[in-house]
Amino acid sequence: MVNVVCSKFNSDRGRLIDILLDIQSTARHISEEAIEEVASALGIHRVEVEGVVTFYSFFSQTPKGRVAIRLCDDIIDRHAGAEAVGQVFSEALGIGYGQTSTDGRFSLDKTACIGMSDQAPAALINNEVAPSLTPDTARRIALRLVQGMPPESLFEDFGDGNNSHPLIRSAVNNNIRLIGDILLAGDIESGKGLERAFALTPERVVEEISGSGLRGRGGAGFPTGKKLALARAFPAQRRFVICNADEGEPGTFKDRVLLTERAELLFDGMTIAAYAIGASEGILYLRAEYSYLRGYLEEILARRRASGLLGGEIHGSKGFGFDIRIQMGAGAYICGEESALISSCEGLRGEPKNRPPFPVEKGYLGYPTVVNNVETLCNISRIMERGGAWFASYGTGQSAGTKLLSVSGDCGKPGVYEAPFGLRVRELLEMVEADNPAIVQVGGPSGAMIGKVDFDRRICFEDLPTGGAVMVFGARRNALKIVDAFLEFFIDESCGYCTPCRVGNVFLQERIQKIMNGFGETGDMDYLESLSRTITATSRCGLGATSSRPVTSSIQQFPLVYASLTKEPKDGLHAGFDIQRGLEISRKIARRQSMIYDRRYGEEDGQA
Amino acid sequence: MKRIATVSLAGCFGCHMSLLDIDERIVDLLKLVEFDRSPLNDLKSFTGRCDIGFIEGSCCNEENVATLREFRKQCQLLVGVGQCAIMGGLPVMRNAIMHSDEPLLECLEESFTHGPGVYNPSNEIPNDPALPLLLDRVYLCSEVVRLDYVIPGCPPSGDLLWEVLSALVLDKPIHIPPWMVKYD
Ligand SMILES: Cc1cc2nc3c(=O)[nH]c(=O)nc-3n(C[C@H](O)[C@H](O)[C@H](O)COP(=O)(O)O)c2cc1C
Ligand code: SF4
Repeated sequence: MVNVVCSKFNSDRGRLIDILLDIQSTARHISEEAIEEVASALGIHRVEVEGVVTFYSFFSQTPKGRVAIRLCDDIIDRHAGAEAVGQVFSEALGIGYGQTSTDGRFSLDKTACIGMSDQAPAALINNEVAPSLTPDTARRIALRLVQGMPPESLFEDFGDGNNSHPLIRSAVNNNIRLIGDILLAGDIESGKGLERAFALTPERVVEEISGSGLRGRGGAGFPTGKKLALARAFPAQRRFVICNADEGEPGTFKDRVLLTERAELLFDGMTIAAYAIGASEGILYLRAEYSYLRGYLEEILARRRASGLLGGEIHGSKGFGFDIRIQMGAGAYICGEESALISSCEGLRGEPKNRPPFPVEKGYLGYPTVVNNVETLCNISRIMERGGAWFASYGTGQSAGTKLLSVSGDCGKPGVYEAPFGLRVRELLEMVEADNPAIVQVGGPSGAMIGKVDFDRRICFEDLPTGGAVMVFGARRNALKIVDAFLEFFIDESCGYCTPCRVGNVFLQERIQKIMNGFGETGDMDYLESLSRTITATSRCGLGATSSRPVTSSIQQFPLVYASLTKEPKDGLHAGFDIQRGLEISRKIARRQSMIYDRRYGEEDGQA
Repeated sequence: MKRIATVSLAGCFGCHMSLLDIDERIVDLLKLVEFDRSPLNDLKSFTGRCDIGFIEGSCCNEENVATLREFRKQCQLLVGVGQCAIMGGLPVMRNAIMHSDEPLLECLEESFTHGPGVYNPSNEIPNDPALPLLLDRVYLCSEVVRLDYVIPGCPPSGDLLWEVLSALVLDKPIHIPPWMVKYD
C-alpha cells in the first residue's frame, strides 16, 4: 500500500505530507514499518519521515478508529458545553479521550479550534463537521455511528448557501450576519477583476493594488502591493503564489465562509497576484479541518482549467500561464505562519524559517513567494474590478476596505460580519447582541483582551488589529480561566524550536494557575510581565512574539482581578508552596508521618 | 559586627568549598563578621538574628524546607548561592521523571532496588525514621521563600563570593566585573 501511495505522488519528497495523509486515512495510523517504507521509497532517512509524522496532530503512530471523533476544545466550545458533549461520546462509545476502541471502530480526541466557534460546540467526525452539538444530538450521532452509519451520511439537513452544494453537503452554516459592499455583496461578478487585470501590464496591476491601500488580512497587516512588488523585483527562474487558508487562530472562521461562498473570487485573486509577480504556480494551503471543502474546491479548479482560466495560457492574458494545486495541512496552528506554511508545503516539519531571507525573496523551494490570506486575495479581485480608489473609500486612513469579523461567544448572533475598518467595539457588540459583555478578545488568543473601558476603541490597524476573530465573554466568565486556556493552546502549538517559547509559556501558565488557585503573591505580576517580555523578544516567530499577550493584556485591563487574587507574602514565605501536599506521596511510600510537619510527632505545635 | 549564617540544603558543599577559596581574605572577613549557624563552625542552630544568610542547594526533603524557612525568619538578607539554589542543579533532575504515575517511587526504585548496578538483596528502600521525608519533587529555594540575591555558578568562584559578601558586609554597592560571573 505504501509503495502505491508513494508512486501516486511520484515519490516526491516535497509531497511527504500528502503521502502521509493518504496512509493515515487508509491505515488509520502510520506504523514504524510504514515510516521505513516511505523513507526508502523517497530515498530519505527514516527520522526525516518520523519527524514529520510526530509534528502534525492529524498523524498518529497508534491506530485511530475507522471513525475518528475530534471534539473541538476551544474556550468558546468549552463555555458552550463541550464537556457534556464529550461525556456523551465517551460513554456511548466506551472510550476516553486519546483512546481507540478495542475493535478499532472508534477513537475520541480533543483538538484545537476547528473554525466553527459560531456553531459551538462542534466536532470533526473523520472529515465531516458536526456543528451545534448538544448532549442529545451527540447521543443520536453516537447511536447512528454504533449502528454502522458512515460519517458522510450522518446529516440530512445541510447548512445555508453552498454548504448544501452536492460536493459539500455539510451541516455547517455560514451565519453571514452583515453583508458589506466589498466581499459579501450579492452583485459580485467573478471574472471581472481578472479580465481588467489582464488588460493592464503586471506593473500597473501592482500599482493599482498598492494605491488601494490594501493590507494583509491574516493578522500582520503588511501592505499587499509592497509584497507583490518585492516578489516581482527579485530576480528568479520561478515564482509562487500561496493562499494561506490555514485559519488556525482560535475564533477565526471567516476564511471558511469565503472558501464556501467566494471560491471563484479567491482563485481570481490568486491568478491576478500570479500575473502581477510573474508566477506560474500557485498553492492553496487548506487546513485539515476544512477537508470537507476540498472536493468542492477541486471541482472549481477543474472547471477553471476546462474553461481556460487556469493552465498553459490563460484566456485573455496574452501568453500567461498559471495553475493551482491544493496542499492539505495536517493539524498544526503554527503552519499558518507563512514560513512554517512554506516548510509544510515542502513536505517538512511545519517549523518557521529564519528571516531574512523573507519569502518574497527565498520562499517555497527557495523561489520568491507571495503568501496571502484568503480574504486579502479576494480583495485583490475586487480592487481590480472596481479600482483602488473605490476600495480606499471604505475604512480609515491606514486601514482601507472592509474587514470580515468572525464573532463568537456570549452573544445572540454569532457569525460573520463584514464591516468597514474603524468600527467601534461597542457598535459591534450591539450588532451581535452581546449578552452583558465584560471581556472581548480581539484577534484571537494572540490578539488583545479588552474590558469595558476600551469598548470605544476601533477595529483597525491603527488601534485594534484583528485577523478576524472577535470573542465575546459575558460578565460571568473568569478572565484567568480564559488566559489559562489560551496559554494551553500556545503550549500545545509551539513548534518547540525556541526555548523561551517552548518553556516560557509553560512557566506563564504555571504562574497563572497558581494565582487562580489562590496562592498568588504581589510579585507574581512582575514575574509574569518580565517573562512575557523575554518570550516576546527572544522568539523566532510570531507565535512566541504574541503568546504572552493574554497575560500582559489581562494584567493591564483587569488589575482588580489580579489584585483580589494575590497577597503580600508573609515573612518572605511563599504561599504557593504547600508543604502538606509536597509530603503526601512520601508519607505513603515511607508509611510514616513527618517528624517536622505532623502534629503528633512534633514537639510543640507541629509547625516549624 | 555583621552576623552571617550559611547552610547547604540539597547541594554538594561545593559552594561552601568555594567560599573557602577566598583564601587569606578569610582573615579580613573574620575581622568584620561573626559566623552564626554554619557548617564552617558546626553550629547547628541559630543563636540569634543574622544580617546575611547564604543558602547552597535547593529543597528535596522536609528538613530542607524547615531549614530554609528558619533562615528566612532569622536573616535580614537571604542569598541563594550556586546553580542548585537558583535552578535546582543536579538534584532537580528527578523532576524530569514526568511520564510516570508515581515519579517519586520510580526514582527511589531506580536508585535503591532496580537501577542498573544496584545490589540490594533485601530489596528495601532506606526508610529509617531519622531520614527526613522526601518532597514529591525538588523545589527551588525561590518557590519556598523570597530570595534577596542570587549568585550564579557551579560553584561561583571564591572571588565572586568575596566581592558579593564584602560589599554586603560593608554596605557598599555590588560591582561585579562580568567575566567573574559564570553560569556553569
Ligand atoms: C503563529 C501564526 C499563525 C498564523 N496563522 C495564520 C492563518 O491561519 N492564516 C493567515 O492568513 N495568516 C496567518 N498568520 C500570518 C501569516 O504569517 C502571514 O502574515 C499571512 O499569511 C500573510 O498574508 P496577508 O498579508 O494576506 O495577511 C499567522 C502568523 C503566525 C505567527
Ligand atoms: S517562537 Fe515558538 S513557534 Fe515560533 S519558531 Fe520559536 S518555538 Fe517555534
